[in-house]
Formats: sequence, structure tokens, C-alpha cells
Amino acid sequence: MHDVYQFVSGPLAWVAFLLFIGGSLYRIIAMLAEVKEKEPFIFTYMSLKYSLRSILHWITPFATYNWRRNPVLTVVTFVFHICLFACPIFLLAHVTLWDEAWDIRWWTLPDAVADVMTVIVIACCLFFLIRRVTQREVKFVTYPSDYVILGIVAAPFLTGFLAYHQWFTYPVFMILHVLAGEVMLAAIPFTRLSHMLFSPFTRAYMGSEFGVIRKSKDY
Amino acid sequence: MAEPAVTQDQEKEEEQKVVDDGIDVGISRLTTDKIETVINQVLKTETGARLKTYVNTCIHCGLCSEACHYYMSHDKDPKWSPVGKVKQTIWEMIRKKGRLAPEEIRRVVEIAHTECNLCRRCLQFCPFGIDIAYLISMARRICHKLGVTPKYIQDTAHSHSVSMNQMWVKGDEWPDTLQWQEEEARGEFPTLRIPLEKEGADIMYSVIAPEPKFQAQLIYQAAAIMETAGVNWTMPADKGWDNSDMAMFTGDNEIMGRIKRSHFETAVRLRVKRIVMGECGHAFRSVYDTGNRWLGWSHPPIPIVHAIDFYYELLKENRIPIKEKFKEPVTLHDPCNVIRGGGLMEKSRYVAHALCDTVVEMHPNREYNYCCCAGGGVINCGPPYKLKRVKSNKVKAEQLMEARTRGAKVIISPCHNCHSGLKDIKNYYDLHMDIKFFGDIIYQIMEKPE
Ligand code: HEM
Ligand code: SF4
Ligand code: SF4
Ligand code: SF4
Repeated sequence: MHDVYQFVSGPLAWVAFLLFIGGSLYRIIAMLAEVKEKEPFIFTYMSLKYSLRSILHWITPFATYNWRRNPVLTVVTFVFHICLFACPIFLLAHVTLWDEAWDIRWWTLPDAVADVMTVIVIACCLFFLIRRVTQREVKFVTYPSDYVILGIVAAPFLTGFLAYHQWFTYPVFMILHVLAGEVMLAAIPFTRLSHMLFSPFTRAYMGSEFGVIRKSKDY
Repeated sequence: MAEPAVTQDQEKEEEQKVVDDGIDVGISRLTTDKIETVINQVLKTETGARLKTYVNTCIHCGLCSEACHYYMSHDKDPKWSPVGKVKQTIWEMIRKKGRLAPEEIRRVVEIAHTECNLCRRCLQFCPFGIDIAYLISMARRICHKLGVTPKYIQDTAHSHSVSMNQMWVKGDEWPDTLQWQEEEARGEFPTLRIPLEKEGADIMYSVIAPEPKFQAQLIYQAAAIMETAGVNWTMPADKGWDNSDMAMFTGDNEIMGRIKRSHFETAVRLRVKRIVMGECGHAFRSVYDTGNRWLGWSHPPIPIVHAIDFYYELLKENRIPIKEKFKEPVTLHDPCNVIRGGGLMEKSRYVAHALCDTVVEMHPNREYNYCCCAGGGVINCGPPYKLKRVKSNKVKAEQLMEARTRGAKVIISPCHNCHSGLKDIKNYYDLHMDIKFFGDIIYQIMEKPE
């Protein structure tokens, strides 16, 4: 058991981070290179002011027309994404790992808070799942891959929660947790989770088009 | 037991299976191999990172759905939602690597040409700013290259190609119409001229071809306004006078480029300072946003001024003396292509308030307005799709009805397509409202020689 843990938290972790960082850079650079080659006119219209106007509106809850029209989803998605980032980054146990391995450390969340955030992420995933099954307009455009993606995101939180509370065999869930986290990281550049990488660009472009050419709001 | 009324209605719609030679004959010539070649050619060589990123980034959340009047008017049936329509067209092409059967192309044409107005409202709703109108226009481009485009709109594209105008207006028909309107107008305005080919004029005034063809009085009115405001203007005597562009909507980018070039070059030949265009939305999109870019101009090479903007200028400078403001309460339709696409919402309101006593706002308005369901070439696909078009904009009818209960009697629609589209909607839903252009109202209320 110990060997397995050593393996998933050692070499596999390297692989996961390499895939995540390398893959992300590759996806972004490949995209920009293709724009430069085939659609360079896009760069002509990019405007910092309108890019920021668009991005800032969309990352602020209720700052856009459509966020205001969907209050429940807005709250869920913002809470979800905030917890999704904050929880793993500021978890004491994770920061300790960084500290031990690289001698770097930063601010951490109290464990009880991180625990609640974990539950929130899982609950939000459930919300997305239910929405996907019950809302006709979501169901119509749902593919099996959408459930897989949702599973990939929920898994590290679910296993982390179980490992932390040691309700079942701790070492098994610890290993599963590390694995699930690695799968999620590695999946970001190569699945629709890449919306994390591309959304700033698509937003900036649409913001620029609306600001520079159409002189109206894209939010 | 199902509700009989609904069932009958559904049956009726199914009975009305559209016969459209442009599609039927086109499809009969297709094979899966040919379809595969064309789709992959367009997807690989004509599109790039933009299309790929839009497709890969879409998280399938459905948040764009309620932007669309088709979706809202069909009891939120997801097959009409923006992302639902992309799913049935572009995603399907990518998933099947281009190998679609000819009958599957029929559905693609129907969606791309008659179930989306390219009104870009959904672009404002998607959290990622995914350009669904662009994706649907790529589907149209593919249909164009496959030779399946609804017949009526294809005919207008042919007309553009042959005569450089949308309505097969023949060489001498154009100056004759202008001369005729000039003569008529001189009865009312003795010194009025429609100056042809006046080099160095401040303004070239361009119109869409339906004006000389069916609505010559609009040219009369424009001339009357120019005369009254003392504008130094001109119109070209030959090709290049038509600013409309149905090729843009059939995906025939090459012809779009040709007609836009002719329009711009005519203005350059006449050495005018600006082009002022009549009250048309799609023409504005073509001249200001789409056509110029296809030709490689990041911005129009000559300033483009839409009629709303022009009237705003004239009214602001008090250049049109008004006898008495328009009495009947009006409501203002915001045409997507000049409002969401050109930012003229406040100027449009300035003009409306300068001309009319009472302006009743519809909701939602300004850049959030619902499209009229005629734009994007949908009305130009002709009578076979008229019923679908009016039924697909129940929400607009409700919006208008609501404005009417608050007193609005007249709809002002500064766009030709919207004008015709709203007229069909008002007739189908028995709305009993009048529809006018700004030009109609200005002409009616301005001071004229005794
Ligand atoms: C800063 C980066 C990110 C932005 C701006 C962003 C934005 C969004 C938006 C706008 C939605 C659609 C609204 C909704 O359905 O909730 C969404 C959904 C989602 N995002 Fe993100 N996201 C980001 C990063 C991530 C990351 C890193 C992950 C996971 C690894 C993730 C996972 C999800 C999931 C699972 C959904 C819900 C999909 C569904 O409805 O099934 N997001 N995101
Ligand atoms: S009609 Fe307008 S809102 Fe509907 S899908 Fe097309 S562009 Fe989007
Ligand atoms: S709102 Fe945007 S991301 Fe969501 S389904 Fe529509 S196009 Fe896709
Ligand atoms: S016809 Fe009018 S409302 Fe409709 S798309 Fe064009 S500008 Fe928009």
C-alpha cells in the first residue's frame, strides 16, 4: 500500500503536473499560432479596455444581464468555482506537501472551512448533474462526456472528503484521492474543462468586438 | 387523450412540408462523399482556431437558450435553442467527420437559413461569448458550397451577381426611377433635385434595391429631407448604388466582396466624404461590419452613417424644421444590426423623442431587444417559410401587445427587414398597429413649402 502511495504521489504527480502545465501551454500557444496563421484579423480588433470590461463583468456575480436572469445558477456556479480553486490551493494538508517538498508555503484555510467547501463543491456538482438531467435545454445538448467531466471534477472532492473523515479504509481513499486529483489536473487542457484556459480569450475577443465595432454591451 | 387542438396544430405544421426547389433539387444532386469533401474543405481551410475554440469551450450549459426568440416562441423546445441549433449542424458535422447523408443536409439548411436570424442576441447570453451566429453562418457557407440554398434568397444572390443589385433592377430603370421621383417631388418642393454623379458632394446616399423596385416613395421622402436640410448630396447613376447584401447571408462571400467593393468604389469615384444609408439593418451590417472585413478593410474605408445617425445629426443641429410633433404614441423597435451591431440605441431614442410626443418603451429594449425574426436573410427565404417565421416570434407579438396596452399605436422600425417582418407579425397576431420608418414621420411632420 505504501509503495502504491509513493508511486501516485511521486512520479504520477509529476506526470499530472507536466500534463496540466505543458498541455495548457500547448493548447494556448497552438490556438494563438493558428489565429496568427489563419485569422490574424482577430488581433486587429483586440482592445485591452473592452477585453477587461467584458471579463470583469462576467466574473462578477449579477453584473451581467444573463447572470441576473438566472440568480440560482449564478450563485451556484460562482460558489462552485471559488471553492473549486480555493479549497485545494489553500488546504493545510496540501500546503504542507508543498512545504515539505519545495520549502514553499502560503496562507491556509482552517480545516473545518475547507471541509465545508468540499461539501459545497460536491453539492454543486450534484446540482449540475440534476440540471443536466431535468432541464430540457441542457439535456438536449448533453453527451456522455458531460457526465464524465462532471465525475472527473467531483471525484477528488468526494474521495478527499472520505479520506479526511477516515470513514472507510483511509489509505485506499487517500490513494484514490491523489489519483482523482491528478486525473482532473491532466484532464483540464484536453477536455471541455479547458474552458478555464480559453474563456479569457473568447471573452476578450467578444468584448472587443462589441466594444470596438458594435459599440454595445456583450454582458 | 392528448389535447386535440395541439395535435391538430402539430399535424398542420407537418402537412406543410415545405417544397423549395433550391433545397430539393440541390439535395438530389448530393452524395455523402461529396458532402464529406465540402464540409471538411470548409472546416479545414476556411475556419481556424476560432471555430475550434468555440466548439471546444462550450460547456453545454444551455445558458444561451432564453436569448433566442425561436426558443421562447416554441414553448422552450430545445431544438430551437442557439446551442441546440449548433448541435444539430456544426457539432454533427464534426462528430461524423463530415459524412452526412443528403437528407441530413436538409435539416442543416432548414436550421441555418430559416431558424436563425444571426441576430447575435445569444452572444450576449453565453458566459464565454461564443459566437453562435458565426457558427450558423459557417453552416450556411457549407450549404452554399453544396449548392443547397433556399430558392428565393438564392435568387437575390444571383441578382446581386448579375446586376450588382438585389432586385434585378436594370441599368436604366434606376436613373429613370430617380428622375420620376424628382419630378414628383418638385410638385411639392419646387427647387428639389436628386443630384446624380455629383463629384465632391459631402454625402453619397445609398439605398437597398427594394426601394426603387417597390417603395420609390422612400426615395422621394429622403430627397425631401435632404432638400429641407440643405444637404450637399448625390446618388450614383450606375452600379454601386445598392448597399444591400443577401450574398452575405447565403454564405456567398465572394459575391458579398464584389458588391461591397462596387459600393465603396462608387463612393470613392464620387469623392464624397461619407456614405449615408437608408433605414436598413442588414445593409449596415454588410457595409460596416462584414463586407468591409472580407475585403481586408478593418474599418469601412469611407465613414458609414446609418439613417438614424444622420437624422440625429440633422435634428440636433435643428436643420429640419418641424411643424408639429407626431401625436400618436409610438413604440420603438431596436433593429439588431444597428443597435446591438452598431450602438445607435441612444441616438435612435433622441430621434424618436425629437419627432414624437409620446414614446412607449418595449421590454427588453436597446441592445437586449428581441429580433423581429425577419433578419439574417430569413424573410428573404420567401413565402414557403412565412408561417414558421411569424409563429417563431410569438414573443415579439407579446412584446408589441404589451406596448399597445400602454398606449402605443405606431411601431417605428428603422430597418427594412424588421419593417416587413413586424408587419407580418402584426397581421398574424391581429395587433392593429401601424408601422413606420423614421423617414415617414419626418416627412409627415416637417415644414414644407406652401
Ligand atoms: C477561471 C476559470 C474558469 C471559468 C471562468 C469558468 C467558467 C465557467 C462557466 C461560465 C460555466 C458555465 C456555467 C455553469 O454551468 O455553471 C462553467 C461550468 C463548469 N465549470 Fe468552469 N470555469 C473555470 C474553471 C473551471 C475549472 C478549473 C473546472 C474544473 C476543473 C471547472 C469546472 C466546471 C464544471 C464542472 C462546470 C459545470 C458544467 C456542467 O454544467 O455540467 N471550471 N465554468
Ligand atoms: S436567432 Fe439570434 S438568438 Fe437565436 S440562435 Fe440565431 S443568433 Fe442566436
Ligand atoms: S451558453 Fe455558451 S457555453 Fe453554454 S451552451 Fe450556450 S454556447 Fe455553450
Ligand atoms: S431584420 Fe431587424 S430585428 Fe431582425 S435581424 Fe435584422 S435588424 Fe434585427
